[in-house]
Amino acid sequence: MSVIGRLFKNNIRQYGMVIALAFIMGLFQITTEGIMFKPMNVTNLVLQNSYVLILAIGMLLIIITGGIDLSVGSVAAFVGAVSAVLMVDHNMSVMNAMLIGILIGALVGAFHGYFIAFLRIPAFIVTLAGMLIFRGFTMAMLQGQTKAPFAKSFQALAAGYLPFMDLRWGSLNVIALAAGVLVSIILAAVMLHSRRTKRKYHFEVVPLWLDIAKIAVIMAAINLLTYEFAGYNGLPIILVILVALILIYTFVTERTIAGRHIYALGGNEKAARLSGVKTDMVKFWVYVNMGVLSAIAGLIVAGRLNAATPKAGTGFELDAIGACFIGGASTSGGIGTVIGTIVGGFVMAVLNNGMSIMGVSVDWQQSIKGFVLLGAVCFDFYTKSRSQSK
Amino acid sequence: MEGGGKLDTILEMRNITKTFTGVKALDGVSLKVSRDEIHALVGENGAGKSTLMKILSGVYPHGDYSGSVDYEGSECAFKSILDSEKLGIVIIHQELALIPYLSIAENIFLGNERAKGGVIDWHRTVSMAGELLAKVGLDENPNSLIMNIGVGKQQLVEIAKALAKKVKLLILDEPTAALNDEESSKLLDLLLELKKQGVTSILISHKLNEIARVSDSVTIIRDGKVIETLDNATRKVDQDRIVKSMVGREIVDRFPKRDSHIGEVILKVEDWTVYHPLYEDRKVINGVSLNVRRGEVVGLAGLMGAGRTELAMSIFGRSYGKRHSGRVFKDGKEIQLHSVTASIDNGIAYLTEDRKNYGLVLIEDVRSNISLASLPKVSAGQVINQGKENQAATAMQQQMRIRCTGIDQIVESLSGGNQQKVVLSKWILSEPDILILDEPTRGIDVGAKYEIYTIINRLISEGKSIILISSEMPELLGMCDRIYVMTEGEISGELDREHATQENIMHCIMNHQRGTKE
Repeated sequence: MSVIGRLFKNNIRQYGMVIALAFIMGLFQITTEGIMFKPMNVTNLVLQNSYVLILAIGMLLIIITGGIDLSVGSVAAFVGAVSAVLMVDHNMSVMNAMLIGILIGALVGAFHGYFIAFLRIPAFIVTLAGMLIFRGFTMAMLQGQTKAPFAKSFQALAAGYLPFMDLRWGSLNVIALAAGVLVSIILAAVMLHSRRTKRKYHFEVVPLWLDIAKIAVIMAAINLLTYEFAGYNGLPIILVILVALILIYTFVTERTIAGRHIYALGGNEKAARLSGVKTDMVKFWVYVNMGVLSAIAGLIVAGRLNAATPKAGTGFELDAIGACFIGGASTSGGIGTVIGTIVGGFVMAVLNNGMSIMGVSVDWQQSIKGFVLLGAVCFDFYTKSRSQSK
Repeated sequence: MEGGGKLDTILEMRNITKTFTGVKALDGVSLKVSRDEIHALVGENGAGKSTLMKILSGVYPHGDYSGSVDYEGSECAFKSILDSEKLGIVIIHQELALIPYLSIAENIFLGNERAKGGVIDWHRTVSMAGELLAKVGLDENPNSLIMNIGVGKQQLVEIAKALAKKVKLLILDEPTAALNDEESSKLLDLLLELKKQGVTSILISHKLNEIARVSDSVTIIRDGKVIETLDNATRKVDQDRIVKSMVGREIVDRFPKRDSHIGEVILKVEDWTVYHPLYEDRKVINGVSLNVRRGEVVGLAGLMGAGRTELAMSIFGRSYGKRHSGRVFKDGKEIQLHSVTASIDNGIAYLTEDRKNYGLVLIEDVRSNISLASLPKVSAGQVINQGKENQAATAMQQQMRIRCTGIDQIVESLSGGNQQKVVLSKWILSEPDILILDEPTRGIDVGAKYEIYTIINRLISEGKSIILISSEMPELLGMCDRIYVMTEGEISGELDREHATQENIMHCIMNHQRGTKE
């Protein structure tokens, strides 16, 4: 079989979803008569969905271990509420309030993790309880009311842009353009370096032209994106945070011992334990990690709405879980990638966004998203059973 | 005898060919089974035995293969397993298909319920189940849950279930793989009894002594082809010939020779006692003391349930049991093995008897399975060095001759023997001084077994020590320098190479049992 054929087959799941995303975006570009790719819309797409993507990253780690966390929406709301009370009622500084919020998130995660990892209570039940508990705390703390407004610097976290917004080349923001070029150069260097390393150890590499084509596509995509941002207000701060989290978590899952232990635990807990993986500790820490990411998401939601509300974050857990599964994670654990999850999250986000622009009613949007989720998982099963029968 | 000669043959499969995406799993296989015989089917793993039986039972529907299947004199075109069961062909798979939370009676009539208009007649179900249990010689209440009876008894329930379906041709895939000697012999007697009552059996097994004992003829399959069919009416079939036909070469010696240079004591366990994880008053291991010397293979013999696996796992990072007491010394110094990591760090490794559930992460590739217990060795700090990892895994793959498309292959798709080599590689990479091997050759074919023995000898020649747990006595006798016999959680005897015979091992067990009962 040709190299490309084999490559495609081995990665059909990953590429399939990227192609689907590109296809959906193209489709909406036509049906929305060009609104989809307007700089403002692309920027909004990122701003509106950043917190779900951040939650999805944490959720992915949990799903890889074979667990689930239903409490993330409530925890996000709770952290938002606590920081609002601290900042608005007690005049605490933004930095301190945020740090306390993140600490609370970690403690909530540790609370869940303790029951799940050490007392072996099923994650579904523990986090279902957590969902109710922290929603209740949120409502009690806010007494059913909305707490606002926040300081400008806190809002900037969720809705602000990188400095030098007015430094422009024509109508384009120079910082965004420069960032795009810089990132694509670094990425190309990293990919070529890893190719060299592989060759050094005499491992099979794909033909050079294919790697170069891949790099070219990725570079084009990055620069297209930064071009879009440059056409509006420049790079959103939240995008920088999101990209940093994606890079960090991709590295952790693929290149570190901790990451390998997470996958092994999800693939076969007993075998992992007998191979020296401290399975209880790994489980505990993925929930602590989820708590921290929930807290960050909660702060961003509050900043974006410029208010802490009792209903904030409702249903976030389902969006995050959906992103993981559309992105190729396995319900039985052991399988899933950060980048796949982000693509999955964007598939849902683009669907939301495109349908809203087209004026599709919210009720129908829900159903269509449901069908997409079902379709993606069916596709997953289909490709898996096909590759197994070979 | 109406029908004359035609009815002497119950089943004839002719010229069966089955391909899986270009690979011929079966290539023109013909199999003839006479009425009222026990026909043994042998071959290495992956030879095509299971594929052939899946065609016979309709798992692979008619049209999926070429060739013809004649049963009771008429050609069959089974579309599913239901079609073949209707005609009295029942297959019992190696992994039993019983529901643990249902009763024996419910399991026997599962999918075949005694019911009127969709409502189950419980009186009839239980009383008929009782009759069937009596037939297979199982003295259990039909209302007991499957989860509460042992594997040996479960196997009998499966046969009762087949009888409930009015079985005429019973196919058993490795029925005795998980049974001890006593249970196995009981099961084989039952097959002989059923034969008298008109049930023909096809028996797939790796255990040649069992085949020699009960089968009337033996068909040997290799690489999807029938090599030969031997007659065993006189029970005098040549076992060496079977082995030769199976592997396609002569295995001169089933156990490779080694020069032993046994050194000083490296591991010493003193007065090791462990309690059951759930019933905390029950001693599973009682005051066991043993020692292992450098460059020595020490065997642990015993019946199933004697506590050998429990002993090994409790030493290996307290992976089994509660309230551990006793002391472990390595090179004369006491060591603490409170966790698996501590054991690995102290140079002790444990290869599980259950590679699928406890040994491998089946959905991951060869590379990450091999490196899992040695990640710090291929990492700088917390970051894995992929180049080093690939190198280490490839080196192991080549050294152990793991047959795979590359270290990227998912281990689930490897054969049993190669999977076992992956688990073994994982532990060898961790560079242990003492390697505990628990049933290292279970469920793998003759050729792969030999390779595992060769690996054991190589490790010994490198100065490592091995504790070998095995239920196959010839394996223990062939490989070990010294054997400890375990009975009911205690050491009931220690035999050196000269005194190690099957009889002596059984003596140790029987004397000890008598001793504890008096």
